[in-house]
Amino acid sequence: MINHDLKKKLYKEMLYIRMIEERIAEIYHPADEMKCPTHLYTGQEAVAVGICNALIEGDVVCPYHRSHGWYMAKGGDLKAMMAELFGKEAGCSKGWGGSMHLVDVGSGVMGSSSILGGTIPHAAGCALAFQIKEVENVAIASCGDAAIEEGVFHESMNWASLKKLPVVFVCENNLYSTSSPLGVRQPPVEIYKRTVSYGIPGVRVDGNDVLKVYEAALEAVSLARAGDGPTLIEAMTYRWREHVGPNYDYSLGYRSKQELEEWIEKCPIKRVSDVVSEREEELLIEGFSKEIDEAIDFARQSPFPKPS
Amino acid sequence: MKYSEALREAQAQIMRYDESVFVCGLGVPDPKGVFGSTVGLEEEFGPKRVFDTPACENATVGMMIGASFQGMRPIMVNQRLDFTLLALDQIINHAAKWKWMFGGVQRVPIVIRVIVGRGWGQGAQHSQTMHALFAHIPGLKVVAPVSPKDVKGLLISSIEDDDPVIFIEHRRLYDEEGDVPQGIYRVPIGKANVVQEGVDITLVALSHMVVETEKAGIALKEKGISAEIIDMRSLRPLDMDTILNSVKKTGRLVVIDDDWKLCGIAGEIIAALVENDHKMFKAPPIRLTWPDMPTPTSVVLESAHYTTAKDIYEASCICLDRRVDPALFIDEEREQPFSGPF
Ligand SMILES: Cc1ncc(C[n+]2csc(CCOP(=O)(O)OP(=O)(O)O)c2C)c(N)n1
Ligand SMILES: [Mg+2]
Repeated sequence: MINHDLKKKLYKEMLYIRMIEERIAEIYHPADEMKCPTHLYTGQEAVAVGICNALIEGDVVCPYHRSHGWYMAKGGDLKAMMAELFGKEAGCSKGWGGSMHLVDVGSGVMGSSSILGGTIPHAAGCALAFQIKEVENVAIASCGDAAIEEGVFHESMNWASLKKLPVVFVCENNLYSTSSPLGVRQPPVEIYKRTVSYGIPGVRVDGNDVLKVYEAALEAVSLARAGDGPTLIEAMTYRWREHVGPNYDYSLGYRSKQELEEWIEKCPIKRVSDVVSEREEELLIEGFSKEIDEAIDFARQSPFPKPS
Repeated sequence: MKYSEALREAQAQIMRYDESVFVCGLGVPDPKGVFGSTVGLEEEFGPKRVFDTPACENATVGMMIGASFQGMRPIMVNQRLDFTLLALDQIINHAAKWKWMFGGVQRVPIVIRVIVGRGWGQGAQHSQTMHALFAHIPGLKVVAPVSPKDVKGLLISSIEDDDPVIFIEHRRLYDEEGDVPQGIYRVPIGKANVVQEGVDITLVALSHMVVETEKAGIALKEKGISAEIIDMRSLRPLDMDTILNSVKKTGRLVVIDDDWKLCGIAGEIIAALVENDHKMFKAPPIRLTWPDMPTPTSVVLESAHYTTAKDIYEASCICLDRRVDPALFIDEEREQPFSGPF
C-alpha cells in the first residue's frame, strides 16, 4: 500500500521537476544562456518519479533525450544539471553533454543519449553485469514511443527475455515523435503488446497517475530483482510544451489546443495535490523556488570550460 | 604457436586473474570456437563468462557498454568485421563518445574483436577491412596485429585499456605460426614495429599485407635494394614518428593498404608526412590499395583484387626509379594456403 508519506514524497518530487522545467522555459529565450536543444518534461513528471521511487541503492537508469525528469528523480544534482545546460565547466558532463545527455554516475544516472533507443542496450548491459556479478540490482531503460521503432529496442528485448535480465523497459508514450503522431509510424497494436512475441510481461499504465506508475514499477522491479526477467511498462502521457524548446506548439497544427487542454486537466501533480495543505504547498513552492534560483545563479557564475 | 592459439591464450591468461573480463559473441562457445580463438574458454571459465549471443550486433555493443558501467571488461567477438557495421551506432555514437560525455567520470573499457575475411569467395560482405573508418573516430583505439606474438600482446593491452578498442584480426593469419612468449606480456597500443631495417625505401603495411610486404622485401634484397618494412600495428593512435623517421632516412615510400584508396590510411600517412616536411620525398610516394570496387567472389577476380608481393616489388622499383625485373619469389609457400568454407 502507498502510505501518506510516500504519496507526499511523490508529489513533492513531481512539483520540483515541474518547477525546474517551467523555470527553464521561462528563461530559455531571449537570454539564450542555455545554448543547447532542450526537451522539457512538463506533463510527464509522474513517469520518472513513479519509476525511480521503486528503486533502491545501486539500481541504475539509462534515460533518453527528454532527460531532466529522470535525472532529478534518480537523485541527480540540480546545480550540475543547470551548469550543463549553461555549457559550464561545473556541468554534469563538463560541457560535453548538454540537456540531452545528463549523467550522475554516483546517483545511478548512467547517461542519456540523443540517439533514439541509444541507451536501451546500456540498461540491458548493466543488468547483464548485475546477473554475472550476482548482485540484486535492477536497471531501467527509459525511452519515448518512437524508440520502439528502432531495431535496438527489439534486440535488447530479445536478449533480456532470453537471459531473464534484471531490466525494466519503460516507454513514455506521449503520442508523438516530434510532430508525427503514433498512427503514421506504427501499426495499430499497443506498444505494451509488443512483448507478447518476447514472452515477457507488458503493462500499460496511466502515466499521469503517479501511484499507478509506482505500483507497476514496484511489481516489475520485484520480478526483475527476483530473477524473473524483464517487463515493459508503457506509460500513457503527454508533453505539454513543444518537442524541443520552451514554447507551446498547438499553433503548428499537428495537435490541437483542445487536446492539450484535455491533458492539462489530467495534470499528474494536480491529481495528488490533496496530500498537502495550501500552506504546505506554498512553503514547498517557496523552498523549491529558492533552490532553483541558487542552481541558476550557480550555473551563471560558473566558468566556461577551457578549450584545450 | 598459431595466431588463433595466441588469441585464445591472451584471453585465458587475463581471465584467470581478472574476474571482470568476459567473452561473448556469435559462436564463441561453439565446438570450433571462432576458428580456434575461443576453444576451451567456456569449459575453463563457465557459461557466465563465455557465452553465445543473439544475432544483434548493435545491442551487443550497447550491452557491453552497459556492462562496463558496472565494472566489467567485456570482449565481443565478431566472426566477420562486416557484421560489426550493424553496430556502428553503439560504437561511434556511444562507446567512442562516452568518456567525454561523462565528463571523464566513466570510461568504456570494451574490446571488439573483428575478423577480416579473405579468399575462398568471401566476397563483398565478408572481406571488408574498414580500419580507416574506425581509425577516423576520436575515442576509439584501433589495432591490427599480424604476428602471433603481437596478437597476444596487443590483445592483452587492449583488454587492459580503458578505451573501446577495435581489435582487427585477419582470417588468413589464423594458422600462421610464430614464437609467442609464455606468460602475460603487453605490446603497446600506438607503437609501430620495424619488421626489417633498410635504407633505400620505406614500405609501410599492416595486418595481412605485412606478410606480402615481407616477401617483396626478400625479392628486393636480391636486387640489392634495402627496404625498411614497417608494420603499423595500430591505426589509432597511429605511430607517425616511426614512419617519419624512416622516410626521412629513405626518402621513398610505398604504403600497402588492404582497403580502398579514397580517405584511406595510406593517404593519411602521406598527408601527415607532407605536412611535416614535403621536401623529404625523393620520389612521389605510392599507395597500393584495392581497386575502387567491392571484393568479388570468383577465384580469378578475387586474386586480381588483392595486392601481391609482386605488386609491392614492382611499385618499389618504380618508386626507386629502377627497371622492373621479373621478381623471384622464393617465399611463396610461407603462408598457409587457406581453404574454406569460412
Ligand atoms: C536515431 C534517431 N533518429 C531520429 C532522431 C531525431 N529525433 C529526436 S527526438 C525525436 C522524437 C522522439 O520521439 P519519442 O521517442 O516519442 O520521444 P519524445 O520526444 O516524444 O519524448 C526524433 C525523431 C534521433 N534523435 N535519433
Ligand atoms: Mg513521443
